[in-house]
Amino acid sequence: MDDIASAFSQAVSLVLAADPAILEIVGLSFRVTLSAVVVACLIGLPLGALLAVKAFPGRTAVIVAINALMGLPPVVVGLFVYLMLSNAGPFGVLQLLYTPTAMIVAQSILVTPIVAGLARQVIADLHAEYDEQLRSMGVTATGAIPTLLWDGRHALATVALAGFGRAVAEVGAVLIVGGNIDHVTRVMTTAIALETSKGNLSLALGLGIILLFMSVLVNGAVMGLRATSGRVAHV
Amino acid sequence: MRRLALLLSFLVTVACQASATDRFIVVQSTTSTQNSGLYGYLLPKFRAKTGIEVRVVAVGTGQAIRNARNGDGDVLLVHAKAAEEEFVADGYGVMRFDLMYNDFVIVGPANDLAGVKGLKDVTKALAAIASKEAPFASRGDDSGTHKKERALWKLTGIDPTKGSGAWYRELGSGMGATLNTGIGMGAYILSDRASWISFGNRRGHRVLVEGDTRLFNQYGVILVNRERHPRVKAALGQLFIDWLLSKEGQAAIAGFKVGGRQLFFPNAK
Amino acid sequence: MSDQLTPIRLHELVYSVDGRRLIDGLSFEMRAGSRTVIMGPNGAGKSLTLRLLQGLMEPDSGSITWGEPPKHTVGRQSVSLVFQRPVLLRRTVAANLRHAVAVCGMRGPARSERVEELLAMGGLEALGRSPARVLSAGEQQRLSLVRALAGRPRVLLLDEPTANLDPASTLAIERLVNGAHEGGAKIVFVTHDRDQAARLADDVVFMQDGRAVETGAADRFFSAPSSEEARAYLDGRLFVGGDG
Repeated sequence: MDDIASAFSQAVSLVLAADPAILEIVGLSFRVTLSAVVVACLIGLPLGALLAVKAFPGRTAVIVAINALMGLPPVVVGLFVYLMLSNAGPFGVLQLLYTPTAMIVAQSILVTPIVAGLARQVIADLHAEYDEQLRSMGVTATGAIPTLLWDGRHALATVALAGFGRAVAEVGAVLIVGGNIDHVTRVMTTAIALETSKGNLSLALGLGIILLFMSVLVNGAVMGLRATSGRVAHV
Repeated sequence: MRRLALLLSFLVTVACQASATDRFIVVQSTTSTQNSGLYGYLLPKFRAKTGIEVRVVAVGTGQAIRNARNGDGDVLLVHAKAAEEEFVADGYGVMRFDLMYNDFVIVGPANDLAGVKGLKDVTKALAAIASKEAPFASRGDDSGTHKKERALWKLTGIDPTKGSGAWYRELGSGMGATLNTGIGMGAYILSDRASWISFGNRRGHRVLVEGDTRLFNQYGVILVNRERHPRVKAALGQLFIDWLLSKEGQAAIAGFKVGGRQLFFPNAK
Repeated sequence: MSDQLTPIRLHELVYSVDGRRLIDGLSFEMRAGSRTVIMGPNGAGKSLTLRLLQGLMEPDSGSITWGEPPKHTVGRQSVSLVFQRPVLLRRTVAANLRHAVAVCGMRGPARSERVEELLAMGGLEALGRSPARVLSAGEQQRLSLVRALAGRPRVLLLDEPTANLDPASTLAIERLVNGAHEGGAKIVFVTHDRDQAARLADDVVFMQDGRAVETGAADRFFSAPSSEEARAYLDGRLFVGGDG
């Protein structure tokens, strides 16, 4: 109980003091995770939509695979990306290991199946509703994808937020490919792991509270965007 | 389309920021060294002198050595002499130098079931713990600390793994996690002193056994071999090692104190 | 005005689902320029016929040809279909029309002009910025109808478009349909409503059990139907007998 109370007060004092070390870490967390979510959406949204509208041999297998990949353990993704980016690995020449870019790559891999899998479901439901009408207008299945993606934007925003939640909370992948290097690749979750390993539990918990708070802000901002675009129109 | 262009330039900026300073090296080292705070004290001095940024990747000893074998570091700094010598012998490292030492201690709960407090002979302490079957938390992760622990058990002639899962708990974890868990279990733990002194979650645990020369913990530093991995920054890495071994570097190591107490003892030849 | 898509000839169309013939040797012809109303009891296959005409479904056998000389395929935008229940995108009224106009291939200023025209045609100018889904049923159907006219189709198919609407909205839709007809479109209109059929039809096709039982000019059909099935239908009786 003592630790938890002290955690809250540490969190508050860190935030109020605008501790530059914390700001740096929070900033990097967001840069990495938001970039990863953007990449994941760029790949996952069209992919999910394609799987929803176009039948092709092997589609079921692909859907099963993507749904399974939603449960990829972050540490496994981290290991895989490390082996790819290591100097002993195929992409060592890119010298990306222990940089934020490597972390973005790893988190993108983690989040893309989530976005694709959930988007597929959202778009499939919309497709069922719109299909006959769009076909009668002469729109092909693949031609309908941009229309479906835009019309499903509210549900898809929630999908993106789910991906964001997964990425901002993980530590396994960014720890291995980033190395938790001070001022270079240290993010909120790796900082929390570090402080825990030093036994500084209330500080670690305090950082966790800050992370949670930032997540609430992101989610709140997205909900705010939805409200202003007139939710009642998009029932 | 414009949004796509903006996005791409954002991503490229993110990517570029990482390599904004080209004068940097990567050192593969251990979490216990990192957690002691030594690097936070030492590295700014080196940077002020040479302008070279040192990026420390702190992982378990085994992982640090593995990473260095893959060429994902320019310098290796760990405390596992036999493994380090093998690293050099296999051609992954250029040469190994003694750098500094600290010591290990046995920490335990206030109630000290095995009655080891104040013992000067670590083997007697371990034997007492085994005979009383008092809980003992081992790192179990093949790290330098773990290898040291296994060597000490060997000296006692007792095989603690017979009690594995009962009184002997192999956690497969780093030093910090082992301390957290071991303290939670009320167990005895072999820890390096640096980790213990800077550890923030001791509850009632305290140092019970120290001073035996067999608890000596030697650190070595090695330049990763450029011939194996051409992208290793050999020149910059060598500058770092030279500095560490120099009078200035050694004095800096000695100057690092926590709670008024020196943690590392330079012993480069 | 030359009308390359009429006459429309359906020849021995067959469409089965799970072994059941829902369209069972359907043959009839629709001439140029008139408003054809398709009538018949529930399950006659009227909606299916419209979908076959638009190409949303493929018949098992038989053919549909358009115009003279007969063509077997026709561009989707030349034949528009208005469904009974409008399916509108989750956007504003104007955005729905913009989407339809874009699908027809219009770009740039021509696009916005056409959207304005369609809004005016449907009496929807004041609702341009409203989300389409908050409109009343009548307004939604008007939107659906002008949307179908976006690409100036040569043939307009309507599947009971006023079945769920009040009398005022129904008249508004009929006015729009007549307007499209005057603009040169061939109208094919499915309805259950006798009075509506009497108002709108130039020709009638009476279907039952997946077949065209009787076809002909509207006034003759309503005053003196020649088939027993049509007589029963117009009297409000169920016709049971003969083969199904």
